[in-house]
Amino acid sequence: MSRLEMRAIEKGFSGVPILRKVDLTVEGGEVHALLGENGAGKSTLMKTLTGIYRADSGEILLDGVPQNFHSILDSRKAGINIIHQELNLFSNLSIEENLLIGYEQPFRTAVGWIRSRKLREQTRELLQLVGLSRSPETPVSELGIGERQLVEIAKALQSDVRFLIMDEPTAALTDQETRRLFQMIDDLKRRGVGIIYISHRLEELFAIADRVTVLRDGMTVGTYCMREVEEDVLVERMVGRSVENRYPRSESQPGDVILELDHIQTRRLHKPISLTVRTGEIVGIGGMMGAGRTEVARAIAGIDRLLGGTMRLKGQSVQFRSPREALEHGVALVTEDRKDDGLILPFAVRLNLALPTLAERQRLGFVEQQRERAFAEEWIRRLSIRVQDADQPVVNLSGGNQQKVVFAKWLAQDPQLLVLDEPTRGVDVGAKHDIYQLMNEMKARGKGILMISSDLPELLGMSDRVYVMRDGAVVGQLMGSNMDQEVFMALVARSQEVES
Amino acid sequence: MSWFRRYRLGPLLGLVLLVLILSITSQQFLTVSNLLDVLLQTSVNALLAIGMTFVILTAGIDLSVGSTLALTSALAAEWMVGGTNPWLAGIAALCIGGVAGAFNGVLVAYARLAPFIVTLGTMTLFRGLTEIYTNGQPIFNLPNSFNGLGNGSILKIPVPVWITIVMFFIAWAVLSRTVAGRRIYAIGGNEKVAYLAGVRAKRYLVAVYVVSGILAALAGLILTSRLATAEPTAGNGYELDAITAVVLGGTSLFGGEGTLVGTIIGALILGVIDNGLNLLNVSSFYQDAVKGLVILIAIMLDRKKSDGR
Ligand SMILES: Nc1ncnc2c1ncn2[C@@H]1O[C@H](COP(=O)(O)OP(=O)(O)OP(=O)(O)O)[C@@H](O)[C@H]1O
Ligand SMILES: [Mg+2]
Repeated sequence: MSRLEMRAIEKGFSGVPILRKVDLTVEGGEVHALLGENGAGKSTLMKTLTGIYRADSGEILLDGVPQNFHSILDSRKAGINIIHQELNLFSNLSIEENLLIGYEQPFRTAVGWIRSRKLREQTRELLQLVGLSRSPETPVSELGIGERQLVEIAKALQSDVRFLIMDEPTAALTDQETRRLFQMIDDLKRRGVGIIYISHRLEELFAIADRVTVLRDGMTVGTYCMREVEEDVLVERMVGRSVENRYPRSESQPGDVILELDHIQTRRLHKPISLTVRTGEIVGIGGMMGAGRTEVARAIAGIDRLLGGTMRLKGQSVQFRSPREALEHGVALVTEDRKDDGLILPFAVRLNLALPTLAERQRLGFVEQQRERAFAEEWIRRLSIRVQDADQPVVNLSGGNQQKVVFAKWLAQDPQLLVLDEPTRGVDVGAKHDIYQLMNEMKARGKGILMISSDLPELLGMSDRVYVMRDGAVVGQLMGSNMDQEVFMALVARSQEVES
Repeated sequence: MSWFRRYRLGPLLGLVLLVLILSITSQQFLTVSNLLDVLLQTSVNALLAIGMTFVILTAGIDLSVGSTLALTSALAAEWMVGGTNPWLAGIAALCIGGVAGAFNGVLVAYARLAPFIVTLGTMTLFRGLTEIYTNGQPIFNLPNSFNGLGNGSILKIPVPVWITIVMFFIAWAVLSRTVAGRRIYAIGGNEKVAYLAGVRAKRYLVAVYVVSGILAALAGLILTSRLATAEPTAGNGYELDAITAVVLGGTSLFGGEGTLVGTIIGALILGVIDNGLNLLNVSSFYQDAVKGLVILIAIMLDRKKSDGR
């Protein structure tokens, strides 16, 4: 059996220590979870392991032999591969071309031509393995974010792996796809592959992990056997306080209908969609990837125009021609893809937070710098966003902290209706709790919230009602005693043919 | 060194080095009259570069500024020769510059064409219109009252330098202090994110080209006044000097990053190089090669330090 050890790893960025003596031992054939708050250093540790960053001190041993990885190619050669937290695909290229890049060797002829047939066959096999039913020639730009994640996984499975690192692989996946991924993990495990699995979804860790190492502030808190440890204990070790109720849904007192979709259609929504959201209510939308959930959000937020049906806001029929018009009516959308739609990565946290509300802090067109800074600092504090200061570029934040920035910038709008598309993707347990509290606060103040989520416990735990979508249509609604995993799965999975 | 990085002192360092070298190698360089001359020589390019900064910050480019300059100068000169009040003719020229910019902007923002291609087209188009309008002939005999714009001085400082300073401060305030400036940066950083945040990205895109066009017209008026002639070939190749100044100043051609202070420093670097090469009597055959090398060195100085992240 192979064994991977990291000993007393230290790593800092421009003088700020991020990892402070981290130890981690992973055996071949085990699933080893890595748990820690946003910004604890999990991704940094994995990047150090794979040679993307160089550790300031400490050593990495593979089967007892010290390793010195200078780049990701070195670690890949040694049999360690990583699926990154942030997607790293070329959206201008097709799926197969993406798989090719970085793994050209088997697909090139002596003179450098590409063996396209072989590439296509292998791509097809891999796509089947990860359960993505798309043709290899599909441009990545046409794929949803969850589908892209599957392509990333396929990509990592190309080479011979002995250790595979998955940095929040399920953050963008729905339940169905997650199960599929778990099957794949099981297969890999049986073949003796060691898996390092990072996730903020505790249920998943209990489902597949054998052991877990908890990181806090760049230090190892401990390694535990998954079978012997309680969830509460883990949470406490991780965040340093206990989180009482993971999904603190508050009593709802639904008021008037704030949003009503009456058989709306758009370029992307071919079947008419109807739903309502009331004030003081959190309404969920669940369903599989590609079920049309994001498309509904886009229509509400004025990104896609209505081609049919009516949308009413507080009883008034509205037609938004741009996100701006939606915002002017108090409708804000937290987009699902923070990297492309949510953040200007090289810009400071302060500027990203301020962007949608710039006009509120101006005098004669001039930005009131002092107020902007205070504003940014307040939101950083309210969501406990981990930053060095408000001027740190967003690109240097950990994934979960980036998500909090996106969330904060829309919350700061104080919208009447907040549409959330996967709001807590990659956010740690403690911070999720904070976000849920903020949602409850909005609810209490009579705002409406429409939440798309692939995180089933969150969807069922926080929503007052849930619409279920499949194939671009609303196929059912869960409420009251119906709000149950089994019922949900039945609705999602039921295919029209097998209707009993 | 973080303050060095934060305030992007690379270009300034380059300028200081150049000034030091020239002060040592040439006695005439560090004199008030020569320095004023450098500023005067730089002002036309500086005005173009200020407009170019707006455009490049949105990840665009404006290759048409040289031709816009020529077209608006020719029109203004012809009007003045025909008896129009110089103020009126000047303001009309600025408006025409704005219209020319708006034409670029609309094609970029609403027709979604690549800025490079659009302005490459209008560069040729505006130059062609100038040639048609002037019949390829220079326009002389401008009224004396127009002389002061390019050749006058206030408090010993040439009027074009004053104009450049004023324009710089206005543009600097807009870009770094106003909501509009923030939005321009945001559009360059990620247009989609800006759009989703409710920024009217298209309007801003048109606006930056309008700014560039107006400043090109202003630069044209100054140039025409200084030479007391409007040449149909005026401003040929000026767009490249303007772009060079912007890039030397540390502004990213990909948009969203850069400062106007940097641009001015970039323009000054170019002006000082030209001036120095003349003072040192470098043969005109060598001038371009030396200038090119200095530019490359300055840009490398800047890259070195931004690599760190
Ligand atoms: N290139 C960088 N420059 C400066 N700081 C960085 C850089 N990369 C990461 N950091 C900082 O290091 C810390 C750890 O980040 P890391 O991405 O490892 O966290 P994480 O545990 O993976 O969090 P998450 O659960 O949110 O993904 C964060 O505070 C982050 O801001
Ligand atoms: Mg991470």
